[in-house]
Amino acid sequence: MAAGPMKMRANLGSGFTDVRVLMTHPMETGLRKDPDGKIVPQHFIQNLTVKVNGKTVIDAQISQAVSRNPVFSFRLKGGAKGDKIEVSWLDNHGESAAIEAAVA
Amino acid sequence: MNPLRRTLVSLLALAIAKPLAALAAWNKEAFSAKTPGDALKGLGIGNAAPSKDLQIEAPEIAENGAVVPIEISSAIAGTSSLIVMIEKNPFPLTARFDFKEGALPFVKLNVKMGETSDVRVLAEAAGKYYTATKEIKVTIGGCGG
Amino acid sequence: MRLAVFGAALVFSCAASGQDVAKEIQRYRQMVAEGSPAELFELEGEALWKKAQGPKNGSFERCDLGEGPGVLKGAYAHLPRYFKDADRVMDLEARLLYCMSTLQGRSRDDATARVFGSADRPSEFELLSIYVAGQSRGVRIEPGMAHPKEKASYELGRALFFHRVGAWDFSCASCHGEEGKRIRMQELPVLYKPQYARPVMASWPAYRVSTSQVITLQWRMNDCYRQMRTPEPTFGSETTVALIHFLTATARGETYGGPGNKR
Repeated sequence: MAAGPMKMRANLGSGFTDVRVLMTHPMETGLRKDPDGKIVPQHFIQNLTVKVNGKTVIDAQISQAVSRNPVFSFRLKGGAKGDKIEVSWLDNHGESAAIEAAVA
Repeated sequence: MNPLRRTLVSLLALAIAKPLAALAAWNKEAFSAKTPGDALKGLGIGNAAPSKDLQIEAPEIAENGAVVPIEISSAIAGTSSLIVMIEKNPFPLTARFDFKEGALPFVKLNVKMGETSDVRVLAEAAGKYYTATKEIKVTIGGCGG
Repeated sequence: MRLAVFGAALVFSCAASGQDVAKEIQRYRQMVAEGSPAELFELEGEALWKKAQGPKNGSFERCDLGEGPGVLKGAYAHLPRYFKDADRVMDLEARLLYCMSTLQGRSRDDATARVFGSADRPSEFELLSIYVAGQSRGVRIEPGMAHPKEKASYELGRALFFHRVGAWDFSCASCHGEEGKRIRMQELPVLYKPQYARPVMASWPAYRVSTSQVITLQWRMNDCYRQMRTPEPTFGSETTVALIHFLTATARGETYGGPGNKR
């Protein structure tokens, strides 16, 4: 399944940068049956990386128990308008996607 | 195993190993654990002290177990990781966030809960572990909306 | 995990008052809305709006939703309304279907092959609806009420709301006609009363988290009639548009909040 759209917002808060990222992914647990009764195989994001101006600041490992079409909120120390935030993910099929946004 | 087969097997192993090496680390042992105790073992966590500085912000009742919003923040100095476990889920370990210089120990995410359960959060700070729990009740919604 | 459906019975402390439960559910809804993927579908809907399709190779960019060809700001909040070119009152989805025919040259069969989508793939109508509706954020809900056909549509919708039909002799009012009713944990709003209709109509179409689906008012009409055990209404029919007209008019004056989030 091709990676669907991602959306990200990075806003300056008071002393921190608020990052909210939405990703499209089925996050299949491997426990669900399709309408024909066949098990839908596991397909979920396993790794998430958050970078600020090219430097990794958050590394995450997640499981199939994270909801479908995951949404995450993170907070980064300080930050300035124009800082480049990048969020990328990698799933158990080896598929990946990434999104970049500037801090507003 | 005969020499030809051995060669084929090692060639095959090489062919798989390269792409596997490209995959980032994912703690399969801990994520496959079926009990909170085994998940903690897989994470290498022994004792964790309860801490009021580890906050879980979540609704007490989730209208739907497929999407349960949880917000976690740690005021414990030097927090470098936050770990989320849903005790009654088939595989309790749900997520692990490692924070490096530049990130605050804070995360909000949506999780799946199979039934009413304790959500347990662990924080790692300066080599020690801390913990907090919150029970979230899961209901079925009605027909509407 | 389907476990939420199988295993999760209504479990809460018997000591919890109705008020506490309502408050916590409100908190759940708020937190879910803060982290909703609905915006992703608006993006997809925008791409679809601009995509050339059909034998005429047309996009929706010249589709007139009532404010002028391609004008989206406020369009959703002013529907349903009368359209001279079609000589009938239309809601958003009926109008989209009309543009699929006139601008894209698609047959009704082709355009309505898949009106309602699924978790993995919203239908075209759902994506377009959530995009168009998003463009009415902050606009006052004011469906057309001046034209004789608009008035007739409203009156028909009102009559239908109270009209009992089907195997169980249900009307909309059977569930939505009395204060204090609920189905399991869902409170049933009394939809013929403005105070209840307003917040409801200000949040459709919506993203339904439990099924990861985009749901629209045409879907809601279809699903309600299904639950009432009646034959399936035709997509974009006079009946469905009239009901939507009645509900929207009852919510008149409310500021449209943009696509909502439901459990």
